[in-house]
Amino acid sequence: MRLAAEIAAARAIASLSRLVGAGAGMTVPGKLLSKLDPGAIDRLAARLPAGAAAVSATNGKTTTSAMAAEILRPRFRLAHNRSGANLVSGVASTLLSSDGAELGLLEVDEAALPEVLRRVRPRAVLLANLFRDQLDRYGELELIAERWRQAVAALPAGTAVVLNADDPQVGSLGGSVYYGLDDPSVARPSLQHAADSKYCIRCGTPYGYRAAYVGHLGDYRCPSCGHARPALDLCARSIELEGLERAAFDLVTPEGTRRVELALPGLYNVYNALGAAALARALGSSLDEIVDGLGRFSAAFGRFERIAVDGKQLVLLLIKNPAGANEAVRTLVEGRPPRVAVVALNDAIADGRDVSWIWDVDFEPLLAGLDRVVAAGSRAAELALRFKYGGLDEASIEVEADLARALDRGLQLTPDGGELVVLPTYTAMLALQRLLADRGLAKRYWERAA
Amino acid sequence: MSTIRVGHLYPDYLNIYADRGNIAVLARRSAWRGHDLEVTALGMDESIEPGAHDLYYVGGGQDREQFLVAENLAGKAEALVSAVVEGGAALLAVCGGYQLLGRGYRGFHGEEMPGVGLLPLETVAGERRLIGDVLLETDLGPVAGFENHAGRTRLDEGATPLGRVVSGFGNDGESGFEGCRLGRAIGTYLHGPLLPRNPRLADWLLEQALAHRTGGEAPAFDPLPDDLEALAFEVSAGRARARGGRS
Repeated sequence: MRLAAEIAAARAIASLSRLVGAGAGMTVPGKLLSKLDPGAIDRLAARLPAGAAAVSATNGKTTTSAMAAEILRPRFRLAHNRSGANLVSGVASTLLSSDGAELGLLEVDEAALPEVLRRVRPRAVLLANLFRDQLDRYGELELIAERWRQAVAALPAGTAVVLNADDPQVGSLGGSVYYGLDDPSVARPSLQHAADSKYCIRCGTPYGYRAAYVGHLGDYRCPSCGHARPALDLCARSIELEGLERAAFDLVTPEGTRRVELALPGLYNVYNALGAAALARALGSSLDEIVDGLGRFSAAFGRFERIAVDGKQLVLLLIKNPAGANEAVRTLVEGRPPRVAVVALNDAIADGRDVSWIWDVDFEPLLAGLDRVVAAGSRAAELALRFKYGGLDEASIEVEADLARALDRGLQLTPDGGELVVLPTYTAMLALQRLLADRGLAKRYWERAA
Repeated sequence: MSTIRVGHLYPDYLNIYADRGNIAVLARRSAWRGHDLEVTALGMDESIEPGAHDLYYVGGGQDREQFLVAENLAGKAEALVSAVVEGGAALLAVCGGYQLLGRGYRGFHGEEMPGVGLLPLETVAGERRLIGDVLLETDLGPVAGFENHAGRTRLDEGATPLGRVVSGFGNDGESGFEGCRLGRAIGTYLHGPLLPRNPRLADWLLEQALAHRTGGEAPAFDPLPDDLEALAFEVSAGRARARGGRS
């Protein structure tokens, strides 16, 4: 009885917060509910007849969850926090607003994972990667890894723990299913500058890599103590990447091998698709359902967007940490390298107050092809310095902190029929989406159809 | 012109706060003055040869990486002290590197990490991390950066700090001082990275390195058009000022 009353109160707040335009009303009801009754989330989760699944990672958790949702939808009615509200309050709001849902599919913030696992007690957990990200907010990587280790160890026996074996930290958490890439032809020639877990987690010796794919993700082995990537239960082989257009790979599973075609670019999306496939399989999806679902999938909000503006193509790619930004740059450069780009760096709490990470991004291959770059956002000047000391002629750099003016300037510099690449950090991305929505060019993400 | 030889200590381990941004600034600004900058990585297996480098750089690392190099570096302490303190090479140490150059670091759980003993200071981990934008007043003018450290660093009596804290925590959040200066050596918690938005500091280090290279007086560089640098400094300093005093 008490839970029902609380749910009603929290929902009323949700409608109100939507009415007054305070975002999508996504986390307010959850926060209220947590305050009214901290145990409510546990009981809301327990009502789900098919249980719940949790997805966490530094990079790709929104896209991976959305892919898994597409695969699982024919089988289950989902309670899915697809807007990316992934703290405890966001999880609570999602469970609150999902009457009749059968399965919870929950994207979870890295730092919130231990609490969510403890309360929701999911039947499957997907842990995909740990990269350095917002050190001012999350603390050091080791700290998060250690909390994950304890949280995973405390899961009840029988929980499906699906791990990306290519990440030394994640692959050593103790799982029931391991996935990774098995195609050295798409590996990088060497570890990137910003690679994180380069040293053996057991003995500290630098790992040897047979193949390094994204950041420190790859096929590693410690030459000293022998700690190596676990054997793969699912893997991607024969990977094909086509610039910003698409990616394809052979999905190799114990049930057979199928070709997967993605309408998404980049090796990072191969990882996302593989993780989603492994999670859905652990929840009972067949290989056919997995391949069909991934085929149907279109990009999760804002992670990858292409919008037509005045006869020009606007391509938005989120950048939020060195590993993710490096993949965005790599994907751009391996497609049609842009001549004009707008890069927007904000330093709100959700972006990270510490902007030093932009110096760890390998922007140089992108700079080499640029005629002009517009540095935008609240820390535009810092970005401009990054490009200047990265070797771009100062005359090619424009500083325009205001996002609307920066976007307009970028469009002005783009020839008719051309493509303008925009690389924003998280809050800059949200602001640009609002801007485009206000101009009638794109829907607000919470208004979009699934 | 001259070639400035930089010895970059443990770049594979100590690189967390965009240390390569500092190196890029040193390289470009010396090139704009007509000097080459030759950067040599000095890792676990390389020794330090006094006289072989004009400027040493030590960056910051996560705790784990810092522990991995601490013992190795302590074994090279004598050579580094000889190169910098007696030999007059310049040095910049940031965050974890700054802590390593003191006498030692005691972790929150009592674990001891040896130091080089080049800078007159000691560091003890505190419970809360000190995080945020910082603004300093130094002999080289105002300096702006970002700090993120658990260590509380205490300077010895009579030691010279890099500067006085205008906004932010600094060495320990109490003393009102940040960093340490000893001859041509500077240690500091400020990353961001430090040098792009503080070009005067970058030039000072290059001038000191050239003095070591030539054995003469430090030259005084002509200023460069640093409009973008000044703008980035202003934004960063503004962030620090908005925090108010030491908090």
